[in-house]
Amino acid sequence: MPKLKSLEELQKLRQQLQGDIQARTETSTTITVGMGTCGISAGARETMHAILTELEARNIDAHVTTVGCIGMCSKEPLVDIQQGDEPRVTYGNVMPAMVPRIIEEHVVQGNVVEEWVVGRVAG
Amino acid sequence: MPALEAEVKRRGLEEEVRVVNAGCRGFCSMGPVLLIQPDGIFYIKVQAADVPELVEETLVKGRVVERLTYREPTTRRHIPYYKDIPFHGKQMRIVLRHCGLINPQSIEEYIAVGGYQALAKALTSMTTEEIIEEVKKSGLRGRGGAGFSTGRKWEAGRKAEGEIKYALVNGDEGDPNCFMDRALMEADPHSILEGMIIGAYAIGAHQGFFYIPYEHTLAVRSIRTAIEQAREYGLLGEDILGSGFDFDLELRLGAHSFVGGESTALMHAIEGKVSEPRPKHIHTTEKGLWDRPSCLNNVKTLNIVPEIISRGAEWFASIGTETSKGTQVFSLAGKVNNVGLVEVPMGITVRELVFDMGGGVPKGREFKAMQIGGPSGGCLPASLLDMPMDYETLAEAGSMMGTGGVIVWDDRTCVVDVARYFLDFLKDESCGKCTPCREGIKRMLEILTRITEGQGEMADLETLETLGRVVKSVSLCGLGKSAPNPVLSTLRYFRDEYVAHIVDKKCPAGVCKELIEYYIIADKCIGCGLCRRKCPQEAISGEKKELHVIDAGLCIKCGVCFDVCKFDAVGVR
Repeated sequence: MPKLKSLEELQKLRQQLQGDIQARTETSTTITVGMGTCGISAGARETMHAILTELEARNIDAHVTTVGCIGMCSKEPLVDIQQGDEPRVTYGNVMPAMVPRIIEEHVVQGNVVEEWVVGRVAG
Repeated sequence: MPALEAEVKRRGLEEEVRVVNAGCRGFCSMGPVLLIQPDGIFYIKVQAADVPELVEETLVKGRVVERLTYREPTTRRHIPYYKDIPFHGKQMRIVLRHCGLINPQSIEEYIAVGGYQALAKALTSMTTEEIIEEVKKSGLRGRGGAGFSTGRKWEAGRKAEGEIKYALVNGDEGDPNCFMDRALMEADPHSILEGMIIGAYAIGAHQGFFYIPYEHTLAVRSIRTAIEQAREYGLLGEDILGSGFDFDLELRLGAHSFVGGESTALMHAIEGKVSEPRPKHIHTTEKGLWDRPSCLNNVKTLNIVPEIISRGAEWFASIGTETSKGTQVFSLAGKVNNVGLVEVPMGITVRELVFDMGGGVPKGREFKAMQIGGPSGGCLPASLLDMPMDYETLAEAGSMMGTGGVIVWDDRTCVVDVARYFLDFLKDESCGKCTPCREGIKRMLEILTRITEGQGEMADLETLETLGRVVKSVSLCGLGKSAPNPVLSTLRYFRDEYVAHIVDKKCPAGVCKELIEYYIIADKCIGCGLCRRKCPQEAISGEKKELHVIDAGLCIKCGVCFDVCKFDAVGVR
């Protein structure tokens, strides 16, 4: 890609990227998995695998991404689900066995599985 | 509708109540809906069977039937917002602003949330003097532990003579319980690079090195990817953002060490030599890496710089205390419920950190002290729970801020044992160059070990204090100078526990193996035999359903019986 040669080019790029992200979040579900060292030690890789397997089995098109450590290490693996305008909801201590229910109830039906939630990010 | 009309008629309310068919209000998924005026009560999903109750309660008695009312789905009071959970809500996330929210492998996400804007501002519209002035005014102090003014360090680097200068990053997080630097490198690598490039520009360095212990594979990968991506976008390399400024860096991977926190030791490591510090009569800003002017900064310090450039020095200086501006990232570990990372303004009290944000001590145990500053720090007992923490107050209390590593102790933590543990760690981490550190730590460790084994004498306490003072004042570098802190601090606040070990030959916390005895509590044991089966030494004997007994001669005090007993029948004394 062309190298950025001015502040204006950087700002233009930022706006374009913001637009891309917004378009994506408005129309589809974003699933974020904590994949810092704390998450990995708690089993986030297995949880991620379960998520990808479940999504494929149900033929769901969701954007799955990874992030580093948010600081809530004692509740890892953490999985965030964001749909459209809804606030981003964080599930804690997500073991692979919990994934099917989260996908079915939250992602498909839009009902948050309240008993497993540890918090949500205000808009 | 007919049910409602019939019921109203049946109850003789036709004169007072008028049933109106109002058409669709639009709330189709909640139908059938009812609006009762003039009270304005709105009922949803009303079935014919609900009508008698509804008429009785609301129309006759004027009471609301809760189960038929509309529940705001987005309020969901039982899922709190992050800001309402103390662990999160009391945080002020500057260093951790992107952590856990953006994908660290994506420079695009970093740019989308405003990344590299500060760099662009610095390169295209600020002079090097202005940048340094801004950092100085902000009051930013190095977050690696020493807390030296970052602005002053950069000023010295800028003034130093020499064509070739270096901007260096220290990712060698030494404290055994700390993980915030590693988490930051993993979660938000670009923020560190951005700060580094701004610093390099300010001092006039065109080359940099980023030291990361090779064991931190995830952090290495994260930073490496970030560097490659930044190069692709022209944010590293020649003529950055068209400013004419050239800068690039290399990763330096080496072994993890505690002494690597000392800047001269780290520079030797980058040079490929052993991590040994040298006396700093001549500062590294004059002669550092390969004897050239160098500025070495901690990853958190550099991460803060773009925020100061974007939001201004006044903003940063408005947070924190008089002497310690901004926020601190604390890693909470030990006997605390919410283990993890929190970032709060300087000046937070011990109580707030441990109880509000940390969620208190687990299993209902008692808080004993909070250790801060790792092996270089000291403990803060319950009497200091309401002390606001900053660089100065902690130093006065016999501890130190360090890099913000916190370990919480409960009543089953033995202070003598902990002091011994830290000295054991420091004995291995000492580079061995200077006598007071090399020999002094070893001797202090020997004394402490004897005390934990019941071989201590009262004179030992005086020896420890004298030795400690000498090691503190005569050691070559920070490692030695701060090594006695855990011992001196625990002696200051928990002297009676030391005395108990020496005079009574007892360990009140029930930890020091030589001084404790495991026994079975007669009126709690039901003879299930679980401990007997689990004991690795077969030291427990007893018949089924009868009181079991531990043979003290065979017992190695591993504590397994204590852990497995479901009836709290194993005691330690």
